[in-house]
Order: sequence, then C-alpha cells, then structure tokens
Amino acid sequence: MAADGADNYLPGADGTGKAALPRRTPRHAAPSPAGSYLPPLPAGAEPMTKPMPRVGYGQAASEPPPSAWDRVPADRAPGGQPPWDRAPGPAASGPSVEDPGGLGRPASDPARSGRRSATRPSALRLVWIYPDLLSTYGDRGNLLMLERRARLRGLAVEPYQVNSDQPVPRQGDVYLLGGGEDLPQVLAARRLRTDGGLAGAAASGATIFAVCAGYQLIGEVFGGAQGEPVEGLGILDMRSSRGERRGVGEIVADVDADLRVDRLTGFENHQGVTAVGRGARPLARVLLGVGNGDGTEGAYAGHVLGTYLHGPALVRNPSLADLLLTWAAGPLPPLPAAAEALTRRLRAERLAAVSA
Amino acid sequence: MGKLPIRARVATTLGEAAGKVSRLTGRGDGSVIGGVVGLRVAPDLLRQLAAGRQIVLVTGTNGKTTTTRLVTAAMGALGQEVASNAFGANMESGLVSALSGAPDAPYAVLEVDERYLPSMIKMTSPRVVVLLNLSRDQMDRAAEIWLIARRWREAFAAAPDCRVVANADDPLIAWAAGSASQVTWVAAGQRWHEDSWCCPECGSHLRRDELGWRCGECGLSRPSTRWVLDDDSVIDSAGVVRDLGLALPGRANRSNAVMALAVASLFGADADQALPRLRKVVSVAGRYTTVQRRGRSLRLLLAKNPAGWLEAFDVLDRDGRPVVLAVNAQVPDGKDTSWLWDVDYRVLRGRRVLVTGERRIDLAVRLEADEIPFDLVDSIDAAVDLLPPGGFDVIANYTAFQQIRSIVGRSV
Repeated sequence: MAADGADNYLPGADGTGKAALPRRTPRHAAPSPAGSYLPPLPAGAEPMTKPMPRVGYGQAASEPPPSAWDRVPADRAPGGQPPWDRAPGPAASGPSVEDPGGLGRPASDPARSGRRSATRPSALRLVWIYPDLLSTYGDRGNLLMLERRARLRGLAVEPYQVNSDQPVPRQGDVYLLGGGEDLPQVLAARRLRTDGGLAGAAASGATIFAVCAGYQLIGEVFGGAQGEPVEGLGILDMRSSRGERRGVGEIVADVDADLRVDRLTGFENHQGVTAVGRGARPLARVLLGVGNGDGTEGAYAGHVLGTYLHGPALVRNPSLADLLLTWAAGPLPPLPAAAEALTRRLRAERLAAVSA
Repeated sequence: MGKLPIRARVATTLGEAAGKVSRLTGRGDGSVIGGVVGLRVAPDLLRQLAAGRQIVLVTGTNGKTTTTRLVTAAMGALGQEVASNAFGANMESGLVSALSGAPDAPYAVLEVDERYLPSMIKMTSPRVVVLLNLSRDQMDRAAEIWLIARRWREAFAAAPDCRVVANADDPLIAWAAGSASQVTWVAAGQRWHEDSWCCPECGSHLRRDELGWRCGECGLSRPSTRWVLDDDSVIDSAGVVRDLGLALPGRANRSNAVMALAVASLFGADADQALPRLRKVVSVAGRYTTVQRRGRSLRLLLAKNPAGWLEAFDVLDRDGRPVVLAVNAQVPDGKDTSWLWDVDYRVLRGRRVLVTGERRIDLAVRLEADEIPFDLVDSIDAAVDLLPPGGFDVIANYTAFQQIRSIVGRSV
C-alpha cells in the first residue's frame, strides 16, 4: 500500500475506513481546551464546516463580525476582547476609510480600500495561515516574534489565525505560512488556490513570510507525497521538487546584501530542492546546510519571502523579522539593547556552535 | 527455554552474557546489548522468543514506559510471571532482552517505539496492542505522525487476530485503530489538540464539542467507548465507577491507568484485583521520584515533547511552588529546539521559574516571548542553592533528566 498517498487523503478518493468507526456520540470525554493555544470551541458555536461569511477587516456594519475562530485567542491580551470581535458600534458603522498614514503601500491601492477602519488606524495585522495544517514544529514562534518586536516599538498588533475551513482575509499586513507534512501541504495548497485570498493579498503588496512546506507551496510547483508535481500558488517564481536525501540540521547562510539582514542561523528539515526563477532572487547563499540545494537558500520578490529555515526561523534572526515589519509598517527604530540581549546571545551561541 | 531451537538458545545465552558484562562494567543496564548480541546470532530470535506467549505491545508518543509498567502491574493480578522491558528499551533488541530474561513467563508486556510497531506486530503476533496517543515529537529524527498512523493502520488490517485497546479521544489514534478487527475503545482524554485539528481520513477541519470529535465531511467520528476516565474515577465496561486513587500524579497517568485496566480485563484480571496494584506504583524509571538535595526536596518530571510538557504542567502543584526547567538538544532529545515554541508557558505565570540545561538560552528566549520572569542557572545545584529550603519541581527533557538524576542521585 505504498502508492496510496495524496489521493487517499481526500474525501471520496478512497472508500476504506470511512465506515470503520461507529458514529454514536459518546457520553464522555469533552476535550479539555486547557493548555491549548488555539481558542476553545465556544458553547453553541457554529459547526466549523459551515462556510464563514467572507468578511474583510473593514467590513460594513451590516455584516456579521468574524467568528472567534478568526483570531488568535484574546487571552494574549488579558481581559481584552479584540476590537473587531465586538458588535459594531456607531464609530465603526460609517464607511471605512483608507489608511492615510501610509504603512508602506499607497492608500489608493484598490486592494487596500476598507482595510483599516477609522477606529483603529494603525494596528498591524499579522495573519497566520492554516495552523491546523501548516504548523508542525514551533511555527507559532514567528508570529510571537513579529508581535513582540512590533509591540516593543509601540506598534499596535492584531494577530489572527485562519484555519483551513475559513476564508483567507485579503487585508492583512503580514501573512505567515509554516511547515507541514506532505499530505497537509498538498491539501493546504489546494485550499489556498481555491480560496484566492492569499494570492490577492500578495498582489496588493502584503508581506508574506513562508517557511519550509509553506515556502514550497507559494511557488509554481512542488513535490507531493509521492514526489508527484503539485501545483503551487504561483506567488513566488520558484519551482520545488523532491530531492534525493532529507536535509536535516543546522543551516547558516549569508543574505542578499540588498536586504541588509544579518547572517541567517536556523534549523532545516526537508527533502525539497528548489530552483529560483527569473522573477525572484535567492534569499541567501548557504555556508552550512542544504537550503535550496544549489548553494542558495530561500527566495524573495517584492514583499514575498520564503525560506527552508523551518519552524521559528525569526527567533534566531531578528533582523529578518525586522525586515518583514519594515515592509509592512515602514522604517522602525532600533530596539533597546536590553530587549535584544537574550536573542543576541542565542544567535551568538548557535553560530559559535556550528563553527566549532 | 527448552522449547526454543538450539540456535535461539545459544543466542539467548550469549545475549545474557553480554548484558551481564554491560551491567558489571557500568556501561548500561544491559537491556539493549544483550538483545543486539542475541539477534546477531539468531536474526529470528524475537519471533521464537514470543511464540506461545500472550503478548501485549504498548505504543504512542507519550506514556509508553509508564503504561507498560501499569499494564504489567495490573496483569500481576493473574498470578503468573509477566515479562516486560520496564526500562524503556523499546526496539527489537530491547524486546529480545526482556523475553530472553523471562523465558518461562506466559505473559509479556512490551513497550514498542512508534515507528517499529508494524514490524513488532509481525514478529511477536501480539494478542493486544495498546495505542495511547500520537503527537509531534523530535521532528529531526522521528517520522511524521500522519505517516506513522497510516503504517499502523496497514499493520492492523494485516493482523486480524490482534485486538487493539485505543484512546478514542485522539483522532489520529482512532483512525489508525479503525482498521483493526477488534477494538476496545477507551475514553482516555486528549489535552493536546495541535496535531489533530484535521480529519485523518479526509483532511477536513474536525469539529469538537462536549461529545468528542467528528468530521463533518466524511463522517469519521469518535467511537463510543467501553472504558472511561472520568476525572479521578474509572468507569468500566459494565458501568461500575471506581476511584482511581493513584500514587502517580497527573491526568496523563490516570489516563494511562485506565488503559491498563482495560488491557488487564481482556486477560481476565478485573479492576478490583488490578487497581490496588496500580496504586502501588510510585515512580517509573526515575520519573515522579522525589529526591533530597541540600535540604530541598526535588520532584523529577520528564517531558520530551510539547504534549508531554503540557501534561507535566498539569502535575505541578497548585500552591505555586518553584519549578526548574531543563532543556538539552542532544540526539535523543532531538537536536532541533523548535518545539519549545509549541509549548504554552503562560501557565507558569506567578510561579518562580528557573531555567537550566545545555539549551537554556533557547528556552530563555522562549519564556521572554511569553513574558515569564525567570532566572538562568548553569546547573541543578545552582538552582538548589538559589531556591529557599522546601520543595520544588524539575521538568526536564530526556538527556537533561538523565544528567540531573546522575547529580542528585537515583533514589528510585
């Protein structure tokens, strides 16, 4: 049964097992949400399979607010209910206005119209895409690091997470895609292609940071569970396929000088080989590790950037985090040394460990 | 052992000798090397050693060693010898050592590494396989868990005589066990949901509510259960409620105990006989042990992956006593510390936190992001010196745990 990869994963493609489990509802074992980062299912919540209303952040007052599932739990800001989750009040009921304050993109960009409401003109919207499919190993770290470094500079931040049964909002400022196993990766690519929201956001200049499986799937094509070519989102001009061996270990790479980002340090764990096309540039040159497989690592074009540094890649690479924030929010002041001390120590320790 | 072929007998004897040498020279507990030597002489040794016995295999990401111990204890109620690889040597050589060390035991309870379950099923023809849970674990060396579940599923489909005792609350486990011809479903609970948001059968987002989980697309749903963990009680298949009253702490161990009771009952050991034996288990391979060090008492907790850390936090006492966190990233730990970002440390707010281990800076950066105040210390003794007299907990991953045990003593 070696050839039952991706197809068996999809409804209707394989009948086996569907009837294997009885459907009787149990009397016990409500799953405890304790300790879970993701929000618990509220009592009486709508079935997750019901299509979400396709609302952007600057929705009209007559539309229902996004469900609680459309955001990272509010408990990151204790006691604070995210503003967009409130019932629309008078202040929000007027027509949305475009952000005049330039967060790096022209306010006349049609894709941005309605993006920011008058009540919250400057919050940075971080959108974590499909953590239910693309979050294998510490991917939340990138969201947390962006959030932390933005807040330390006084920027308001609104983190969202969008699961694979929800529409992808187009008005985010930074979109994050994490790593995933082969089958979830194929599924995520298919859903994101159908949804169109991420490609739309990319076309309007949003910042996109994609890691590992997420990196592969924003390209033109990538290798599926059996190595077969799978159509990607085509947001970044690069093509990936299944390599001969798995690259597992520390990776060090020097970033394209134009980006003014410090040497990358991270961990990679993938079997992909990626060729960067003419419409994009390699992110970095590999000093240690595998990366794209041709001596380069990652790729970028405009405000879209992908890398094989997996999981919490931004944790050890704060200047890469700041590059993304700058793309989304304009120039940033440096952080006080005390706020950077541990991160710098970690960087130095990891770089020293691999050169020893 | 008289029933074994001559080659297997020689292999077993050589293996035992090697194990003895290993113990005498202080190289290890002998539970791996003995099996390695035996298998070199007789590659089919495990099959021969398993033949004619009633075998239970225990696997899952977390709780294997403890559950193996609990099942062994519960089956002790049958009054016959039970062989077991009690110290977690869970690959083929460890199983060989366990069986060759107890040649006359009619029963064997064997912990098995998740990746090796299909081949161990083929070789030992188990009566029962126990499936605890599946979650992300040391990604740089472990296989991806959806792949593991798929291989289990194929293995059960090919082993019609094998009964599975499975946790119905873990969707990936339920899907894997769904191909078995006979399943005893246990409501053992699942607190870690991060690896089971999507349906293992069709990939749709799973729906969860107080009734369990189900897929709105393909209809895969939580099976109805015969054994139930209900807070501190177990409800057996006849509906009888018993207080568990374990010495081992934490929800995860109550869950493991219910799995053990379900297994033992399949062999005729009822819960009234088995439960008192479970209550006598106070520590497992050093885990949950309390040791004394310079006037402090340290309770040692092992947590190897995000789901394990979640369960370890559950064990921390409610009085908010200090906790020392220790993280390494050697090969057995996984060399990649990314998993730290999958653990929610915010539950530690309000508690004194000390951070140590070879990768303490990774952990420090992680805690800083969660806004948890902490002290960095470079050894367990530095932590002991920094903390006031009294008790505290230590949560450590694998090699950090072993290092701390070697310093503070193995008062198992």
